Amino acid sequence: MSTLVLTLITGVGLGALYFLVASGLSLIYGLMHVLNFAHGAFLTLSAFVGWMVAQALGTDSWGSFLLSLLVGAGVGAVFATLTELVLIRPLYERHIEQVLVTVGLSFAAVALFEGIWGTDPVHISGPSWLKQTTDVLGARIPNTYWVLMIAAVLVLAALVLFLQKTRYGMIIRAGVENRSMVTALGIDVRRSFTLVFAIGGAAAGIGGVLAMHYSTFVSAHLGQTLLIFAFIVTVVGGLGSLTGAAVASVLVAVLQQFANFYLGGTGDFIVVILLALVLLVRPTGLLGKRA
Amino acid sequence: MSAEPILTVRNLRCTIGGQQVVEDVSFDVPATGITAVLGRNGVGKTSTLRGILGLVSRRGEVRLAGERIDGMPTHRIVRRGVGYVPEDREVFSKLTVAENLALAERQRAPRREFVAELFPDLVARRDQAAGTLSGGQQQMVSVARALLNDNRLLLVDEPTKGLAPKIVTEVADALEEASKTVPILLVEQNLEVVRRLADDAVVIAGGRVAHVGKARDILDDEDLTRRLLGVHVEHAA
Repeated sequence: MSTLVLTLITGVGLGALYFLVASGLSLIYGLMHVLNFAHGAFLTLSAFVGWMVAQALGTDSWGSFLLSLLVGAGVGAVFATLTELVLIRPLYERHIEQVLVTVGLSFAAVALFEGIWGTDPVHISGPSWLKQTTDVLGARIPNTYWVLMIAAVLVLAALVLFLQKTRYGMIIRAGVENRSMVTALGIDVRRSFTLVFAIGGAAAGIGGVLAMHYSTFVSAHLGQTLLIFAFIVTVVGGLGSLTGAAVASVLVAVLQQFANFYLGGTGDFIVVILLALVLLVRPTGLLGKRA
Repeated sequence: MSAEPILTVRNLRCTIGGQQVVEDVSFDVPATGITAVLGRNGVGKTSTLRGILGLVSRRGEVRLAGERIDGMPTHRIVRRGVGYVPEDREVFSKLTVAENLALAERQRAPRREFVAELFPDLVARRDQAAGTLSGGQQQMVSVARALLNDNRLLLVDEPTKGLAPKIVTEVADALEEASKTVPILLVEQNLEVVRRLADDAVVIAGGRVAHVGKARDILDDEDLTRRLLGVHVEHAA
C-alpha cells in the first residue's frame, strides 16, 4: 500500500514539474503556432541564476529559496521576451524557420552555459525541510514533491485567472481561436505574442529552480532533459490547451513512475508508447481542438 | 454626396498561398451611403475586402480619406477607423457575447447603447458563449462589433449569407441604420438586399473591375446581370 501511495504521489509531483515547463510551451503554441525548442534554455538559465542567488544568500534559508524562485521567474521571462523580440518576431508565419532558430538557440545556449558554469553538474542543497520526508499512509514522501505540487497549482491558478479575468487574457483566448480576426478588431496581436512568451518563460524559470532542487543539481543539459517530457505532455494534452497540459502532465508522470517501479524501469519507454497511441488514435490530443 | 471618396483603390492585386486571386482592381467608395461589390462566386470579392484590410498579401495603392494605408498592418488600418464584418461571422466561439463585444471596443465611449437598441437579443445573451448562438445571432455579434466604434468606413462581407429571411431583414435594417452615419463597402450575393441598401455598385469579374455604376441601374440591366453576375433578376411589374 505504502509503495502504491509513494509511486502515485511522486508521480503527481513529477507531473507538477512537467506542467511548469509545458504550460508555457502550450500557451506559446496555442497562440503563435511556434514549437519553441529553446524553452529548455529558459529553464536552465533560470536554474543557474537561481543557484547563484541561493549561493550568495545562503542555500539553507527559505528567504533565499523564495528569492531564487522569483529571480528565476524573472530571468526566464526576460530571456523569453528577448527571444521573441529578436528571433521569433522577424520570422512570423515562417514556422519552419522559427523551429530551426529555436533549435539553434537551444544548442548555442547549452554551449554557452557549459562555457560559463562548466560541463559538470553543480550541486545545491536547499532548506533542510526539502531534504526531509512526510509520512502519508505509511509512505515517506520527499518534501520537494509537495513544493512542486504547490508551485504548479499556484501557477495554474494564476494563469487561469489571468486568462479569464484580464483583457490581455481575453485577447490571448481569442487569438488562440482566430488570430487574424483579433487583428481585424484593431488589436496589435504581436504584444500578446511577447506577453505569452514572457509568461511561458517565467513558468519555465520557476520550473528550472524547482527542478534544480528536485534533482539537487543543475547542469547545462537540465532544460533539454525536461523539455522532451514537456513536449510529450503538450502533445498528449492537446497543443494549445492549458487544461490538457495539466491533465496530461499528471497522467504521463504517474504512468512513468508506475512503469519505472512495477515494470522494471520502463517508464520512459511507456511514455513514448503513450505518445504514439495518442497520435494514432487521437492526434489532436486529449483536450486539443480539431484543426 | 461628398466629392472626395472615403476609400480609393488603385491596381489592387492580392495573392493567397502564391496564387493571384485579385488581378487588378481599381474603384472609389463615396463618403456616404452603401457601395456594393458584386460578382459571381470566386471572382475575388472577399479577397478584395481582405486585401484592403491587409489580411491577405497585396500590392497596389489603397487610400483612406487620402491617406495611404496599403503599407500598414491590419490593426493600424482598423484603428484609423475601418470596421470589418467578415464572411462567416468569425465570432470567437469560446468567448461570451460580452467578451466578443468588449474586444472590439477601441474608443473610450463605445456606442453600446446604439448596439443594444439595434440588437436587444445580444444584451439578453451577453453571458452566453458565442459559439452556442444561432447563425443569425452570431451575425448580429459580428455586425455589432463593427458598430461599437465611430468608424469612417465599414467593410461588410456577405452579412446575410445562410440566414433565415426574418434575420436577413433584421441585418439589412441594422446596416441601413448604420449607413446613415458611416459609409459601407458591402459584398453581398442577395440582390434583393443590394437593391434595398446599395446606392452604388462595383462589379468584379475575373479578378478585375468589369463595371461601375448605380446599383439599381446595374440590377435593372438584365443583360448585365446575366453576363456578369450569372443570374436572372425578376423585376417587379
